[in-house]
Amino acid sequence: MADVKKIATRESYGNALKELGAEYPQLVVLDADLAAATKTGIFKKAYPDRHIDCGIAECNMVGIAAGLSLVGKIPFVSSFAMFAAGRAFEQVRNSVGYPHLNVKIGATHAGITVGEDGASHQCNEDIALMRTIPGMVVMCPSDDVEAKAAVRAAIEHEGPVYIRFGRAAVPVINDRPDYKFEIGKGSVVREGADVTIVATGICVDSALGAAEKLAADGISAEVINICTIKPLDEDLIVSSARKTGKVVTVEEHSVIGGLGSAVCDALCAQLPTPVKKLGMQDVFGESGSASALVAKYGLDAEGVYKSVKEFLA
Amino acid sequence: MNNLELRKHANDVRKGIVTAVHSAKAGHPGGSLSAADVFTFLYFEEMNIDPANPQKEDRDRFVLSKGHTAPGLYSALANRGYFPVEDLKTLRKLGSYLQGHPNLHIPGVDMASGSLGQGISAAVGMALGAKLDGRDFRTYTLLGDGEIEEGQVWEAAMFAGHRKLDNLCVIVDNNGLQIDGPIDQVCSPYPIDKKFEAFNFHVINVDAHDFDALRAAFREARETKGMPTCIVLHSLKGKGVSFMEGSVDWHGKAPNDAEYEIAMADLNKIGEELEKEGEA
Repeated sequence: MADVKKIATRESYGNALKELGAEYPQLVVLDADLAAATKTGIFKKAYPDRHIDCGIAECNMVGIAAGLSLVGKIPFVSSFAMFAAGRAFEQVRNSVGYPHLNVKIGATHAGITVGEDGASHQCNEDIALMRTIPGMVVMCPSDDVEAKAAVRAAIEHEGPVYIRFGRAAVPVINDRPDYKFEIGKGSVVREGADVTIVATGICVDSALGAAEKLAADGISAEVINICTIKPLDEDLIVSSARKTGKVVTVEEHSVIGGLGSAVCDALCAQLPTPVKKLGMQDVFGESGSASALVAKYGLDAEGVYKSVKEFLA
Repeated sequence: MNNLELRKHANDVRKGIVTAVHSAKAGHPGGSLSAADVFTFLYFEEMNIDPANPQKEDRDRFVLSKGHTAPGLYSALANRGYFPVEDLKTLRKLGSYLQGHPNLHIPGVDMASGSLGQGISAAVGMALGAKLDGRDFRTYTLLGDGEIEEGQVWEAAMFAGHRKLDNLCVIVDNNGLQIDGPIDQVCSPYPIDKKFEAFNFHVINVDAHDFDALRAAFREARETKGMPTCIVLHSLKGKGVSFMEGSVDWHGKAPNDAEYEIAMADLNKIGEELEKEGEA
């Protein structure tokens, strides 16, 4: 597996923006002094006049994007997830969500794989926050292919969209000819019969690794990749749960309010099923390398494998 | 439009404010009344708008950043012909399109607002969008003097000054009172003019209730190039209703039936005087 191509989804975001810039003259990109880190700098290089640096003022940036959308622009707003979804939550809610404006939020450096910067910058709450806003689409792509597809889908979608990207390079897992992306559709990336593992973002790769290990133990795990957390592909999750009878969710996010909660909401209403939620267990992160943190908090393949084994025992 | 006509319209706008808030049994009359003249001036003279076509593409934009004074905006829009004046009585009632704070479902409203400090950013975005595309519409936004205690206002002002958005006109309704008391006792934003100057705005101080002064100020704003303009309106909270004038108690309270009668009598008297002035 050493030769697997790895790309950070923030890099995919910057590349996708640049590509879409040619197709969509209305596309403008806003950043808050983080263009090098969020990778909107890639777009800036190609379209300097359409890249608007708002300085270190995320709340105002979201409001400016709202105004731009009202005069015909398609703004992508970028910052770290902590600031885009956290600091500017109320601006996203009141200036974008309530008027249902065509503003896209590209939030990078989500979750603990921010790494060394530590807990202040590791946003494990953004999915929860964004899910609560009526009409908001929430996506968390798993790799380069999906990240680029999600950005394209976001621009084609009329209305507010939140997309979560990561800092760390992650394996490309969706590079296959039949790959298709649609907002609101999940996909079974590995079929199984004994347990369903529903994962999002970088945890899809961990789930696939765990499924491989489980197979060696004679456990057949089905792995579902959920990029769109809202609207959730409930049918896919319910039908898999009906088959396996047990569900594990995996996310680089708090277990409160994120993918796990969304899956539980769906199953509670339609098919009550035992669910184990893996993620940040109501704790803050800490400084460390991305890989060390993912291992410590049990979100790598080994950690997911162990948790699933315990859950099935 | 001549000043007498503007004053008559402004008086009608005030009647609409008082009627709407009385009917709703809630709302914000004080800051609506202090801004009634500027609402009137903007919608009856200054702005390039068309009530028959609220979404006209190159219309001037207005964002009511101090969204709680929605009764003032709604009354101006209704009196200008965007929707029936009679509908003002449905303000804040279940099922009415006239929500407690402005949203995009209301004819003539260009941006949802109400959470203080946010409207100005949207207005800056509209002005920026016009600049990016070489469009010549102007954007106006009205803020309260208490509202400018919000930090986001200054983020927006810094950006507008930096980008030299001379198609943007920020208006601050300096009636001197906020919910908890006089603004200079709560958390003084003074000097307002010097603050905006420091953020690279052209600043004009003006009597909020003098249409000649308003006309001159907005003309000066239009003619100012290379920087945004901030018009600081020196206004009287509750203007036009005897017992509301200068009183912080009427920031966010509705008149009861007896008080409503007095308020309407005050405004009817002003209306009669304006009619006489017209005949003279």
